[in-house]
Amino acid sequence: MAKKQESTTVDATKIDARIPEGPLAEKWSNYKAHQKLVNPSNKRRLDVIVVGTGLAGASAAASLAELGFNVLNFCIQDSPRRAHSIAAQGGINAAKNYQNDGDSVYRLFYDTIKGGDYRAREANVYRLAEVSNGIIDQCVAQGVPFAREYGGLLDNRSFGGAQVSRTFYAKGQTGQQLLLGAYSALSRQIGKGAVKLYSRYEMLDVVVIDGRARGIIARNLVSGKIERFFAHAVVIGTGGYGNTFFLSTNAMGSNGSAAVQIYKKGAYFANPAYAQIHPTCIPVHGESQSKLTLMSESLRNDGRIWVPKKKEDAEAIRAGKKKATDLSEEERDYYLERRYPAFGNLVPRDVASRAAKERCDAGYGVGNTGLAVYLDFSTSINRLGENTIRERYGNLFQMYEKIVDENPYNTPMMIYPAIHYTMGGIWVDYELQTSIKGLFCIGEANFSDHGANRLGASALMQGLADGYFVLPYTIQNYLADQIQVPRLSTDLPEFSEAEKAIHTKIEKIMKIQGDKSVDSIHRELGLIMWDFVGMGRNKAGLETALEKIKAVRHEFWTKVYVPGVNADMNVELEKALRLADFIEIGELMARDALMREESCGGHFREEYQTPEGEALRNDEDFSFASCWKFAGEGNEPELLKEALDYEFIHRQQRNYKA
Amino acid sequence: MEKNINVTLKIWRQAGPKVKGEFETYKLDNVSTDSSFLEMLDILNEKLIHERKEPIAFDHDCREGICGMCSLYINGHPHGLDGETTTCQLHMRRFHDGQTITIEPWRSAAFPVIKDLMVDRGAFDKIIQAGGYVSVNTGGIPDGNAIPISKLAADEAMDAASCIGCGACAAACKNGSAMLFVAAKVSQLALLPQGKIEAAARAKAMVAKMDELGFGNCTNTQACEAECPKGISISHIARLNREFLSAKFKD
Repeated sequence: MAKKQESTTVDATKIDARIPEGPLAEKWSNYKAHQKLVNPSNKRRLDVIVVGTGLAGASAAASLAELGFNVLNFCIQDSPRRAHSIAAQGGINAAKNYQNDGDSVYRLFYDTIKGGDYRAREANVYRLAEVSNGIIDQCVAQGVPFAREYGGLLDNRSFGGAQVSRTFYAKGQTGQQLLLGAYSALSRQIGKGAVKLYSRYEMLDVVVIDGRARGIIARNLVSGKIERFFAHAVVIGTGGYGNTFFLSTNAMGSNGSAAVQIYKKGAYFANPAYAQIHPTCIPVHGESQSKLTLMSESLRNDGRIWVPKKKEDAEAIRAGKKKATDLSEEERDYYLERRYPAFGNLVPRDVASRAAKERCDAGYGVGNTGLAVYLDFSTSINRLGENTIRERYGNLFQMYEKIVDENPYNTPMMIYPAIHYTMGGIWVDYELQTSIKGLFCIGEANFSDHGANRLGASALMQGLADGYFVLPYTIQNYLADQIQVPRLSTDLPEFSEAEKAIHTKIEKIMKIQGDKSVDSIHRELGLIMWDFVGMGRNKAGLETALEKIKAVRHEFWTKVYVPGVNADMNVELEKALRLADFIEIGELMARDALMREESCGGHFREEYQTPEGEALRNDEDFSFASCWKFAGEGNEPELLKEALDYEFIHRQQRNYKA
Repeated sequence: MEKNINVTLKIWRQAGPKVKGEFETYKLDNVSTDSSFLEMLDILNEKLIHERKEPIAFDHDCREGICGMCSLYINGHPHGLDGETTTCQLHMRRFHDGQTITIEPWRSAAFPVIKDLMVDRGAFDKIIQAGGYVSVNTGGIPDGNAIPISKLAADEAMDAASCIGCGACAAACKNGSAMLFVAAKVSQLALLPQGKIEAAARAKAMVAKMDELGFGNCTNTQACEAECPKGISISHIARLNREFLSAKFKD
């Protein structure tokens, strides 16, 4: 096991990440060389359930079926192509070094660890960087139309937290193109009968038999029927839990329910407090707003972020008496360039978000709410011409104009941070296996790789790395011992009991017949999360949040109103079931944030900052992944700790200034 | 500038696939013009829930114009009157105070209604499953830069690949044809060396599946192009026809 080093004082005897021996750069090769495999005739006899069809789920389902496993794949939308990976805009990182600008597997690994504020597992991140190049090759082979140079070779752009250009992209629609690539590979396997697709199905529980995941219970969202499915192994790829905040950049249906279900069956929930607030989103406009829209981080390549230097100007702008374009260069404060000369507008997301909040809190914000900063393209338009900017970001500018009704070619965009991605999630070991045997977790749904903050263009990389190149290996190491296990009957008591518990829960919700709609309670939860568990957190606020979330839980279970019946399509019921789980996640997030008495990455505790207002880590006491273990309804969960031993990298205070 | 408007909504209600549907009329007051069209429906549903009535079922997810889940025929046009806009990107500032807005589901034989405004577009998935891919497995792939691709071809492939699979093209077509959807995928892959190898066979398989699933024939009315929220050009249909004919000649 990893040797203990630096001054970690954490007792980590309980959690074993099962990291292979050997030097960092050889761990994954060694693992693959010695892991167990399943021969082709046995693969056909093994069933694998994959829940989710985003980048991680679709790539895993397709790859496992190509290998010969019998795959059952579930999605809540009408088609696998709708998964929210589709909305990722900017790009995908890889260590190709096509630009000859000094990139390497090690540098991608290092940037990711540093970007995550030294709260990720070294071995996992190194593997991620190692397999990154294969992802680009795979996507090109599938016909993903990446942006190219005139010479026919692949183009790159740069992203936050890196000093090299390693991001591959397809206009501002990279997630769409990568997902459609994975979807086409998945569709090919569905056409062959190797994958059975269940669309408009929602997982409601995992079935555990003798300590191993052996299937799921799912609800057919069209008929309302609750159904049982057996498999030798279950893979969860259901994305993050950002919608706990109600308003987020996530899709309306994105939810954390699969994570909560498996947490309650014994899978640890790790680092729930690590949530990413993305700096470049369109500001909130009104009370009936349903979601927030992200403007890609890639815009920070050519856009400069500023607020007025003088408070009077900010006030005049808020009152509608002045416009952004009325202010001269000298009257603008390009605060990121001022504070972080080395990285400027391309500092990591957590840093950029906090800097925007700092300026707005100090009274320099713009827009009618004062909760916005400018993202200005005029310098780049003057330098490169409007056409180049249109070619690079045309679809994003159009999207902005549709929502805000202003032309960003003429007047700066207004942006403000919003919840976007969750680094925390289900704890997995090196093999992506949860603390329940035979239950794996991939993509954003797991906690691995991004530490306390994710770098831009790394979510797509991780989702596809897990699905194409990691899980198809590691799951075999588990399944090799399952070849003697027959397909079990779904009439077994474990299945019946799980289904019965779901019926009981649904009946309980339907019977409340209160006077509050699901959305109105969800909005209340979201406001609590944003006010107390958002960008700036402190002890008193988090304690308040825990009290308030308790009250929301009580309100939900006594006052919610769900119309209609269970045995039919019932969208309000779907939302109610998800909200019940968001409330659990909200509480876990607040609890974790309260426990973690340090600032790191996206987790900023106001009590712990440097004199310059930067995040102040405490490696002495908090160099661990917090793993929360469910201890029964109404009980406080147990905290287990996985020590993060930095064997290969020397930790330092993150510095994007010089 | 933001203001509030009152609208009258005529919305198609249908309890299930085999039940007869009908229009119901709803009045909705004080809708902010900064709200999106779907937020307006959220407000209506919230009101219905408070009145103990069943909310309206409609498909939606990303609400930023990319997942393709939202649909809706709005005043006779798929995704409403705005060009290159999905329903979720449509805003209430495009409507005036006192306006009557008619909202229907996609009307197409191949897209049966599930409930209210929600339809089953599984037929599009089946067409992709019939051949809308490059037949490569994971791994064992050459370097991404091993085969240079002209920027023009890559850009045109990207334009075709922008299709979000929403079904507006088939819903807009008087023949209920899915030609633009099929053509976008066939064209994207035929333009790239990786997909060129199977181009003819792919065209044949996807067209055959389209016919089998009850989509109509293309008579070049160009309604699909006019209504496509992603502005996908019917020139891709010409490329599909070329690939399809070349496949037939080889038979």
